[in-house]
Amino acid sequence: MTKNLRVKSSKLVDETYRISFKFNGTTYYGFKGDTLASALLANNIHLVGRSFKYHRPRGIMTAGSEEPNAIVQLHNGTSRTEPNVRATEIEIYEGLVATSQNCWPSVKFDIGGINNFLSPLLPAGFYYKTFMWPASFWEKYEYFIRKSAGLGKSPDVPDPDIYEHKYIHCDVLVIGAGISGLIAAKTAAKNGFKTLLVEEKSYLGGSTIYQDSEFFKINNQNSASWLEKEINEVKKIENLEIKTRTSVAAFHGYNFLLARENLTDHLPIEQRENKTRQRLLKIRAKKVITATGSIERPLIFDNNDRPGILLSSAIKKYADLFGVACGEKNILFTNNDSVYETAISLIQKGIKVQAIIDNREEIDSKLIKETEKNNIKIYKGYTIVDTFGYKRINSVSIMKLSKDGQKVIGSKENISCDSLGISGGWTPAVHLFTQSGGKLKFRDDDQVFIPNTYPSNQISIGSCNGDFTLDEILINTPKLLKEFLNIKKTEYENIEIYSAFNKSKRNIWLLPSNKIVGKTKSFVDFQNDATAKDIKLALREGFRSIEHVKRYTTTGMGTDQGKLGNMHALGIISETASSKMGELGTTTFRPPYTPLTFGTIVGRNVGKYFDIIRKTPIHEWHVENKAEFENVGQWKRAWYYPQNGENMHEAVQRESKAARDSAGILDASTLGKIDIQGTDASEFLNRVYTNAWSKLEIGKCRYGLMLNEDGMVYDDGVTTRLDENHYIMTTTTGGAATVLGKLEDYLQTEWPELDVYLTSVTDHYATISVCGPNSKKIIQKVIPEIDLSDKDFPHMSFKNSKIGKVKCRVMRISFTGEQSYEINIQANYAKSVWENCMEAGKEFNITPYGTETMHLLRAEKGFIIAGQDTDATMTPIDLQMDWIVSKKKFDFIGKRSLYRSDTIREDRKQLVGLITDNPEEILEEGAQIVADMNKTPIEMLGHVTSSYFSPNLKKSIALGVVKGGKNMMGQKLIIPMEKKQINVTVTDPVFLDKENKRLNA
Amino acid sequence: MFLINCPFCGEREQSEFKAGGEAHIVRPKQPTELSDDQWAEYLFMRKNIKGIQFERWNHIHGCRKWFNMVRDTSNDEIKAVYKMGEKPPVK
Repeated sequence: MTKNLRVKSSKLVDETYRISFKFNGTTYYGFKGDTLASALLANNIHLVGRSFKYHRPRGIMTAGSEEPNAIVQLHNGTSRTEPNVRATEIEIYEGLVATSQNCWPSVKFDIGGINNFLSPLLPAGFYYKTFMWPASFWEKYEYFIRKSAGLGKSPDVPDPDIYEHKYIHCDVLVIGAGISGLIAAKTAAKNGFKTLLVEEKSYLGGSTIYQDSEFFKINNQNSASWLEKEINEVKKIENLEIKTRTSVAAFHGYNFLLARENLTDHLPIEQRENKTRQRLLKIRAKKVITATGSIERPLIFDNNDRPGILLSSAIKKYADLFGVACGEKNILFTNNDSVYETAISLIQKGIKVQAIIDNREEIDSKLIKETEKNNIKIYKGYTIVDTFGYKRINSVSIMKLSKDGQKVIGSKENISCDSLGISGGWTPAVHLFTQSGGKLKFRDDDQVFIPNTYPSNQISIGSCNGDFTLDEILINTPKLLKEFLNIKKTEYENIEIYSAFNKSKRNIWLLPSNKIVGKTKSFVDFQNDATAKDIKLALREGFRSIEHVKRYTTTGMGTDQGKLGNMHALGIISETASSKMGELGTTTFRPPYTPLTFGTIVGRNVGKYFDIIRKTPIHEWHVENKAEFENVGQWKRAWYYPQNGENMHEAVQRESKAARDSAGILDASTLGKIDIQGTDASEFLNRVYTNAWSKLEIGKCRYGLMLNEDGMVYDDGVTTRLDENHYIMTTTTGGAATVLGKLEDYLQTEWPELDVYLTSVTDHYATISVCGPNSKKIIQKVIPEIDLSDKDFPHMSFKNSKIGKVKCRVMRISFTGEQSYEINIQANYAKSVWENCMEAGKEFNITPYGTETMHLLRAEKGFIIAGQDTDATMTPIDLQMDWIVSKKKFDFIGKRSLYRSDTIREDRKQLVGLITDNPEEILEEGAQIVADMNKTPIEMLGHVTSSYFSPNLKKSIALGVVKGGKNMMGQKLIIPMEKKQINVTVTDPVFLDKENKRLNA
Repeated sequence: MFLINCPFCGEREQSEFKAGGEAHIVRPKQPTELSDDQWAEYLFMRKNIKGIQFERWNHIHGCRKWFNMVRDTSNDEIKAVYKMGEKPPVK
């Protein structure tokens, strides 16, 4: 079966450099410069995959990124396997291994092919209609649907390759290096603009670079030769950067574009080591010139999807660029002049053209004359009505078209072939233009959408702007460039152009057949198996919007995003619904233009670089002492310190007990710290906290609660008055940044008259908290000069002091309910002070404790954690913290909201304590709380917010929020769990030392 | 992604900024005087216009200053930026 279909040396491939590769287990050979598709075609392989729904055999259809069928799985070891790679884009390299997708057991014999015969039972919306009933069966259906859905396999181990991001700023970005893009890049660069030219292919020149015949001339040279000289010049321009293998994925507003630069995918595996694989370019361009070209349209007729059916331009490209014949008996089928260019190219290379079928009846052009000279039969005014051959096309049936093109007449004729090239004209590639917010207009003459209004400083040129022929491009492009770049003249003013292309076209979106539509399989979306019949069905069922038809039939929803068939879908809708094409609009083109790998999107932000990690200055000590860590925002906080194989529960019980029995030490450096200064600092605190601050004495600390304007608790912390106009505020660890942001917001926008300055000093100071009955003794040893007597240094006060020569601030504040001191010291001294405390505390069995123990200790005291016991729906009243809300203050943030009709409801969820009947039973945080299990539906009263086993109380304790909980003290409630019910009693949230005796113990 | 002309720093990437909702909503001077409905109007009611919209923005990863912006939400064109307390330069 293997045959060599190389015709002669060609532009892109180097026949002296042979490369071996494997496809579906067989070894083949190609040459350097081949794509996987061209190498397979050279080996006479067309069948490369199975279609998505019907599992029909499918072949290579295009020669570019618009490919719907030839998508393969690349295997470069298990970690580098990649699905949905377009065979038409991947360049072969030594050792390439590829397999077909969506087929089992093999592409030649695929069990799923049975769907093709069941297709009358699988109309558009089949899944929506069938698996609706009964609703309870969905879980069972889903398993099978998911198993059969999806293309390719993703790797299940981390991607070992290197990806990176790069910012580029340029004056002019030119997208696409075809003839118009090259002209634009050269003109821009030569006029002093810093220019970047990106091209998705490995070479420059677009399709003109292989337009090598006497029918297309520029200044009396074949257009290809003329362009080659231009390219050589362009490559030498200094302020012009050229990036090939670079595909623009997204064109956002304000000329911000994302492009993927492919650096190693074409190299032999061993040459890729330690190199960046792909780069995501983030481009900000002052001006953008889009020259993305156009995509040839297929024709829509019965069985238009067989392997061996390609776009006519792809056949030409494989012959011209890769020296590959797609078949030995080619038929070309068209509604315009394009296929004659292909025919002439094939004839030049000695590839046989069996016949040409042209929709047009009366046609005459130089290209056609030349083709006829070579004794090629042209069927004018004919259409193909059917094709044959299961795994490769072997013949077509043709019939004459009626005058109006609505039906076929006369008798059928069969012509044998092994390849069919089709051309339905050209569709401007306006994807990027519309992504940027550009609006299209419909040009009736040749039935194309072209750019109309530009949202940013950009233009489209060349065939993506509807200028398809050489003469149009060379006349219009310089004109557009002059205006856009504001320059007087270009090099292309008096250029001589000769183009034999005749622009006549007979556009029929859905070609007529001798069969009724319902009996045909005329594919519109090849990848998703959407047919003309499906679209008509959707219209019959009442869908009208193109966006709805798209989703119902899945037209244009594959990895190729319907680059080939979307226009036909629109055409068929407009014909069927008798609406005008331009009025229907188009579906939305969304980024990325071609799929991106996840690697490219994340770049270097993987593994330990995934997010910023913040460590306290004492972090290394925690690591050395085997702490387990938990993430709190970006912070790594010591969670608990397991000893001798303890689990978390055991460690936390030991730590909690030690902290109350003798002494505990906590690294509280992560708490947010905001330095507040200014003559209005007290007034400012009055406005942002619920309680009053004006009378706080210098050297005293106060706990404050901060609300949102809606009255809901949002952060809390202790603020200390350091001086008359100087405070230091602490916030929760996670809330630090947002609290600062909110305070700045009010200062700048609502109260600019206040003389207040805020500075974040979280990282400047470390905070070491020593608590427990022996804490005073330990602190005295560490700071001998300080007077710690209760009289001189009572609870909720502060002193400046020194450890050695280093200044520090000591606050006597407590989050545990124990006597407790916090040392705030310049961060770089923190570890040694911590070690001093440990040394001084040795005789008291000072025990380092982590966040888990901290949470347990505060829960014993009923202290809330903002964000755990509150969730932006809790007012201070709900938290039973009425005592902290000033009644006297005229205003503070959130005050008015505390007596809205909703916030004064008695049955709001309120914070309560929960004690389990069985003291050993620990509740699950988040568990629902109910009162009556017999009520239907069961009424959810609230949920558990914090739950621990208290080693100090020797019982399970929990905090929770319960509707009307304040008035339910002593009442029994139920926590229903999956397999049991837990009985609890509502209590006061303070479980330990209600009289606060321990603070001065 | 927008290019935003911060009135204090000049042109910067949108990623340096944070949007802060509708502009020119003044916090009532005497909230206690307001009825529930009046307070709710201040607290909750925001416009979502297709077209010219006045917005607050914060150069959060820059100078941290708040400022106002006039933006056409239909095409994201930024018509003007101006400092807090200043009158909008366009209608």
